[in-house]
Amino acid sequence: MKVAIIQFPGSNCDWDAEHSVQNVIGLPAGRVWHKDPLPEGVEAVIVPGGFSFGDYLRCGAIARFSPIMSDLQRFADQGGQVLGICNGFQILCESGLLPGALVRNDCMEFRCLNQSLKVEDSNERFNTEALAAQLTLPIAHGEGNYRADTEVLADLEANNQVLLRYSPNPNGSINDIAGIRNPTGNVYGMMPHPERAVESHHPCLDGLPVLRAFLQPLLQSSSVKLSA
Amino acid sequence: METTAAPLPPNPDPCLNVEITPELVAQHGLLPEEYERILGILGRTPNLTELGIFSVMWSEHCAYKNTRKLLKLFPTEKKDKNAIGQVLVKAGDENAGVIDVGEGWGVAFKIESHNHPSAIEPFEGAATGVGGIVRDIFTMGARPVLLTNSLRFGSLESSQVKRLFRGVVSGISHYGNCLGIPNMGGDVYFDDCYEGNPLVNALCAGILRHEEIQKGAATGVGNPVYYVGPGTGRDGLGGASFASRELTEESAEDRPAVQKGDPFMEKLLLEACLEMMSIPGLVVGIQDMGAAGLTCSTCETASRGDSGIEIDLDLVPQRETGMNSYEIMLSESQERMLVIVAKGRERELEEVFEKWDLYAAHIGEVKEGNRMVVRQKGVVVADLPAKSLTDEAPIYDQPASEPAHLVKAREWKVDSIPELGQDAVEGALLGLLTHPTIASKRWIWKQYDHMVMSGCTVEPGSDAGVVKLSIAGINKYLAIANDCNNRFCYLDPYTGAQIAFVECMRNLACSGARALAVTDNLNFGNPNKPEAYHMLKECVKGLADACAHFDVPVVGGNVSLYNEHGEGAIDPTPVVSMVGLIDHPDRVTRSGVKDSGLELILLGGLPDELGGSYYLQSAFNKKEGTCPKVDLDAEMNLQNLLIGQIEEGRICAAHDLSEGGLLVCLAEMLFDTHGLGASVSLPNLGTSGRLDALLFGESQARAIIAVKPDNCDAVIQAANNLGVPAHTMGKTDDSSQLKVEVAGTSVINTDVSGLKNAWERAIPKHMEIA
Repeated sequence: MKVAIIQFPGSNCDWDAEHSVQNVIGLPAGRVWHKDPLPEGVEAVIVPGGFSFGDYLRCGAIARFSPIMSDLQRFADQGGQVLGICNGFQILCESGLLPGALVRNDCMEFRCLNQSLKVEDSNERFNTEALAAQLTLPIAHGEGNYRADTEVLADLEANNQVLLRYSPNPNGSINDIAGIRNPTGNVYGMMPHPERAVESHHPCLDGLPVLRAFLQPLLQSSSVKLSA
Repeated sequence: METTAAPLPPNPDPCLNVEITPELVAQHGLLPEEYERILGILGRTPNLTELGIFSVMWSEHCAYKNTRKLLKLFPTEKKDKNAIGQVLVKAGDENAGVIDVGEGWGVAFKIESHNHPSAIEPFEGAATGVGGIVRDIFTMGARPVLLTNSLRFGSLESSQVKRLFRGVVSGISHYGNCLGIPNMGGDVYFDDCYEGNPLVNALCAGILRHEEIQKGAATGVGNPVYYVGPGTGRDGLGGASFASRELTEESAEDRPAVQKGDPFMEKLLLEACLEMMSIPGLVVGIQDMGAAGLTCSTCETASRGDSGIEIDLDLVPQRETGMNSYEIMLSESQERMLVIVAKGRERELEEVFEKWDLYAAHIGEVKEGNRMVVRQKGVVVADLPAKSLTDEAPIYDQPASEPAHLVKAREWKVDSIPELGQDAVEGALLGLLTHPTIASKRWIWKQYDHMVMSGCTVEPGSDAGVVKLSIAGINKYLAIANDCNNRFCYLDPYTGAQIAFVECMRNLACSGARALAVTDNLNFGNPNKPEAYHMLKECVKGLADACAHFDVPVVGGNVSLYNEHGEGAIDPTPVVSMVGLIDHPDRVTRSGVKDSGLELILLGGLPDELGGSYYLQSAFNKKEGTCPKVDLDAEMNLQNLLIGQIEEGRICAAHDLSEGGLLVCLAEMLFDTHGLGASVSLPNLGTSGRLDALLFGESQARAIIAVKPDNCDAVIQAANNLGVPAHTMGKTDDSSQLKVEVAGTSVINTDVSGLKNAWERAIPKHMEIA
């Protein structure tokens, strides 16, 4: 497998992520149990959505102590590609791989809808040219309200680390932030679900360019074509 | 009664060694004659633990003692043995029915009520309702692929109803979202009759290979019995008997009878059980511990397996100390299962549950004979014939008498309602669009994750929810619809139940789906009251006759009686849920129109009946009149036309006429696409000669379709061939206006966005926190 999808107890978008990478984009993908080591030869890791450990205490707060997290930390430190989606984003924030935190939506309710998003020119992979200026992606979360202190936020903005912004804002996120990356550009996190917008029965196909942008280093090195 | 058998030794907990008095029997909801029957079965006096076991197993919730005879009226198999949708597991045989969907795949599905717990504790009541039905489905070996709910509440004007509504929706959202099973919405009605007694019916459907179907039978003497899942606590004590009583002011004191759910535990249990069941030959039998917990699962598996079963309560994982046998046997702690495993392969099961950090405790064995024996601290605390609990529960044929209001309904004359003037049409339409029953339900389903599992194809809000069965790797679509208009069931229970059936099936047909099978949830009042029993009986007959006519069998369901509070019983509410199948993505059809320039065709003729309509409710606050006629042949022709023309690729959108009638249907079809309008002309007032009956009457067997002009002739021709009246009414356009003329006179010309805004804002307006 080239793309590993980490399965925590309570993950529930693991199959969806695997399906989108393996069957739609066409890269070999597989699920890896949180107590197992990260397999050799993996080139990208997706931390999928769900309710890891029931999201008790705080979203992602228990998952960060899972055995696989030390492997993931090492993988990221060595420049490996990591994408956290929804609960995965929350876990990456809790584990310190991404800055900030996600708290309860300001409406105090779960929100599942097709969300319109503004794309930022973040780096050579995530930008308005590669993705389009506006995207629509499904969101489905109760705690997607991004928070960071003034300094962290200033850094994020100064380094163009914001990938996507809500438009309009469904959850009270600071600066409308829906997705961010780390400074080196190998760890990505977002609340929207690109894996739910990749097939003809989905509301749209806007998830494809997002997943392809993340998987670009792998796609370039394989025979898989970038365009659909 | 002779009591010859030797009594059991004293229970290790002295407080259980009490004399069984008539008062104690009555407190357990058992009638004196039922107690006599128990004495006859045992040949001795039961001890308190045994009395508790009989009380839950012989409750209406578990034993269907007042409905078992009636339920036999439902067809449980397809007459046409070549049709798709053959029944693989029949109603009542296992935890849920299973039907064939082709290519070696089956669908397990069932609906179940959690009304009483939700009335007391809406959040936990609704959440554990979802948990219970999901366990029924994965116990069958199926991967759950969708959830829906049928909900009924009182008027949203009441702050108490708002509390219940908010609590129920967030309970469902909390539990279902965490499990990661898409919730496709369902149906929701608001009516004063549900004030204080809301209905919360939860449905789950799952997919499995034919060869993966699991049985809930304890077979193979010597096979170990395992308890899996989290520990047992004192929560939900006697929930099944609680659900078999009327709600009263004191019901709030029964709060300990409401269970507490943990969706994370359920998710672990779901994954662990599916993993365990995928190991060939490992699982002999499996049953969830739902109503009546450990009691029900042990005696039912033994009864089905024609075996005895013995368990030791000291081995049951417990999360509270000092629990006695009565408490452990009657606890309804959630997310637990009983598994009978092939002897010698215990380690394989234990390894799976170790991986998922769940208990797997070896608590007993399958035995020779027929007895269910329970031990604690080395003492036999219960020793009963297993079948006596399941098959020998008393069955009643209650006296029925027709309620007086039904006679009045039949004698009703439409002349008692003042005629509707042309200038009042827009106001009447707005009144209907803002009635919470008809208004947009987005406030509810935006709290449900309907997109998880990547299968959502038609989101909630259309006539039926549709999911692609991607997870099974097959290119088929499962459609689901729920229906039951209580107003019609109140006015004419036989016809009202048939309307629930045909409307549900029509919703599937409008979505391009062929109906396969039904699961029903019969929500009624106290069956010991002859008038309530009459309503129940007539509804079941009506539903059974409709099922037989369409060859759509009932593969399972649930009965919830004693739905009474303060003022009396709820209206009869036989909720019908139907699954249908769509074979090709091009046939997935929505109720919303996307394009301008499409012909709008009314199928089924001009509506002409006003009785029981929502118009009478919203304009005159009346629940009266003669229920619309049901013509099952006309309905079948309409649905064959819809499905046939959808399969020919000629229908762009289809929406059935139901609550609110023609004008509401037309308006709703325009709401999905910004800027869309329509200009429609109806030739005359129809046979009733009344504008209100034409625009807002709820006559059955009708739908509006949107068709490309090129296909119009072919559709009309096909309708003529099937004898379905078809009126070409007008076209969609880009005007953003809804214009309707009747016999050349304009009756409405208004901005669609104004209507849509009112329709969309109606429920949020009630629910916003000031």
